[in-house]
Amino acid sequence: MATERTWKTIENGPHELDEFLHPISLKNYGKWKYHERPRPGVLKHVAESGDVLFTVRAATHRQVTVDIVRRLCDLADRFADGHLRWTVRNNVEFMTPNAANVDSLIAALEAAGHPVGGTGPSVSAIAHTQGWLHCDIPAVDASGVAKSIMDALFHDFAHEEMPNRVRLTTSCCEINCGGQADIAVVVQHTRPPRINHEILANVCEMPSTVARCPVAAIRPTTVNGKPSLMVVEEKCIYCGACFGACPAMEINHPEHSKLAIWVGGKNSNARTKPGNMKLVAHGLPNNPPRWPEVSELLKRILAAYKAGGRDWERMGEWIERIGWKRFFEETGLPFDKFMIDNYRHARVSFNQSAHIRF
Amino acid sequence: MSEQQQNNNEKFQLNPTPMIDELEKGPWPSFVKGFKETAQRTGKTMVRGVLDQLNYSYETRMGYWKGGVVGVHGYGAGIISRYSMIGDKFPEATEFHTMRIQPAPGLHYSTKALREICDIWEKYGSGLLSMHGQTGNLQLQGIKAESVQACFDELNQLGWDLGGAGATVRTGLSCVGPARCEQACYDTLHVHGKVLSYYSDLTHRPQLPYKAKFKFSGCPNDCTNSIQRSDYSVIGTWRDDIKIDQAEVAKFIDAKGVDYLVNNVITRCPTKAITLKGNEMVIDNRDCVRCMHCLNVMPKALSPGDDRGITLLVGGKGHLKVGNMLGSVMVPFMKMETEEDVDAFIELVDRMIDYWSENGLDHERIGECIERVGIQQFLDAVGLEATVEMIAHPRDNPYFKAGEYKTDDEDDERDAA
Repeated sequence: MATERTWKTIENGPHELDEFLHPISLKNYGKWKYHERPRPGVLKHVAESGDVLFTVRAATHRQVTVDIVRRLCDLADRFADGHLRWTVRNNVEFMTPNAANVDSLIAALEAAGHPVGGTGPSVSAIAHTQGWLHCDIPAVDASGVAKSIMDALFHDFAHEEMPNRVRLTTSCCEINCGGQADIAVVVQHTRPPRINHEILANVCEMPSTVARCPVAAIRPTTVNGKPSLMVVEEKCIYCGACFGACPAMEINHPEHSKLAIWVGGKNSNARTKPGNMKLVAHGLPNNPPRWPEVSELLKRILAAYKAGGRDWERMGEWIERIGWKRFFEETGLPFDKFMIDNYRHARVSFNQSAHIRF
Repeated sequence: MSEQQQNNNEKFQLNPTPMIDELEKGPWPSFVKGFKETAQRTGKTMVRGVLDQLNYSYETRMGYWKGGVVGVHGYGAGIISRYSMIGDKFPEATEFHTMRIQPAPGLHYSTKALREICDIWEKYGSGLLSMHGQTGNLQLQGIKAESVQACFDELNQLGWDLGGAGATVRTGLSCVGPARCEQACYDTLHVHGKVLSYYSDLTHRPQLPYKAKFKFSGCPNDCTNSIQRSDYSVIGTWRDDIKIDQAEVAKFIDAKGVDYLVNNVITRCPTKAITLKGNEMVIDNRDCVRCMHCLNVMPKALSPGDDRGITLLVGGKGHLKVGNMLGSVMVPFMKMETEEDVDAFIELVDRMIDYWSENGLDHERIGECIERVGIQQFLDAVGLEATVEMIAHPRDNPYFKAGEYKTDDEDDERDAA
């Protein structure tokens, strides 16, 4: 390999866009009139010019390969004039002005193992993280959890039978890179970090590790004559924030790192304001390769939502209408005291009224 | 494929990975199947090693990657380095670094460009990609440190640049925008491109208290989840009236029934801004909060108004360290049509980033910084007037200090001093 560099870096930021847009997109840029959903997984956009653009949306693995991407390119060349795009939930989209291409494209995608769906009131693909495959701080895998859940919820990706859209995320540590969602699966640690005093002083910047703790539970100390850190275990909330700053604060554990389920988060401004998701189950086992306990619970929550939610109600809006008491009754999940907040501003989550459902 | 390669590949065997083999089953696309296919076709031992280590993670329920420092010439960010903690066990995957690439706005591609990326990536790296990271990067996953520079140089010649990592402006994300959506109230794709190009230096060289993220959504449906996921959430909106096509309203009622309109549009309006007069929809636009619900249900009959622009919300972030925070309004409305509009936006954000750079603590996002120093101080520092759109309601906390109500004499004394 050449050791001398001849190329001088061009710092341009995001790649130029124009050549990547479908010609019909470019022609009608900013001049779209309305859209329809002819069937699950297909959008039909109509421009002011009268031009029509069909979009076929399909699931991907997110963790893909050059072989998978080249096959998707083959399909885009055959059916979508050499263009394709991705959604923020890892779905791939092909656009074509030719209605006759839609069915052939769907058949070709499904033959290639890419189910078509994820539009309208369906369960779209999971926004997820890296997990054991690539991350340096995960307590669980991501792609495997997402794959297992979507295998279980497959029907509702390909059909539009939910009250409104359902957004799922998974996260492999409590940083929650997966983000807010109608239902989220997030790691929950249940013990303080085990501190590796042997390496700590060599691998960690101690003041920034102390500063990283949300409850000021980390203090400097000396162990076997070496400077190190200690954790006040009564204060520690097992969040693992320190582990990101200092790999000697070993928070991950095969038994004690578990999974929690959160529901009712929402990003859109439609109807209600965006809001954070709430804890409804915790202490689920981290059980690879299929995490069956998680999928079962998600199916139960979704079945209750599907049965009880009204048109256009997101998960959180459905719960707001029926109340948390009925949510726990209808899903059969047990409520416990750990679901009552005791961190900053906790009081705003208490029921400061006589509004009670009987 | 050359004959020699083919011969090599015949000898190439994957090791047993019984745990992750379970993920080859079921109807959803299987990444394990994909990885194995690429390993077998290319004979890349790094992919085999990664599968082996992943299987070991599944057996032991622990992760085994640690960070390090890998970069390209002149940049301080953009490569996520991964070294195996158990390289003695799985020597084929001792290094598995990721290159974060900034895609085009809206995650649009041509097949030509994607094939070029695939060819370069197969030449230098593992052939594994993540499309896309949660922040919006195209992630090329699995390269050795020695190949990173040459790989980047080839990609850069085709117009691809690295994204952010660590204490930088991070790669941006935009919705499909005016390329396909009738609700797009500004050109998310153009503004994304221009803003992130402007911040290239801050993207590539860590010099901020912590990460800074931009997301661009064309309307309040916020398809990029920007209020929750970004420090600078740029959301399209409009100031004038929702446009109503009453003929389409009548068709909607014919098709769906008046009860559907009442139950799913009128009563679902969060501010009760819609009434029905005969067969006509009447919207009191002074009550409308631009939530998008009625436009979502009736995209043929209703459209955003013509006086369009953006709302800027600042301070959204994930859990670390004080818990999840949603962005809050800093600018209720600004135009975003001309290059001057975009420049004015960048100037304003520059003042915010400057203030945060000066005042933010290590690992403190701008939202946390504003909460710690106080929003009044922040607004004064960046030169923004306090407006009522910034709040859900005025304070209910009784303890406050409302300036000093200085008399003219006192002002004169202060000026003299």
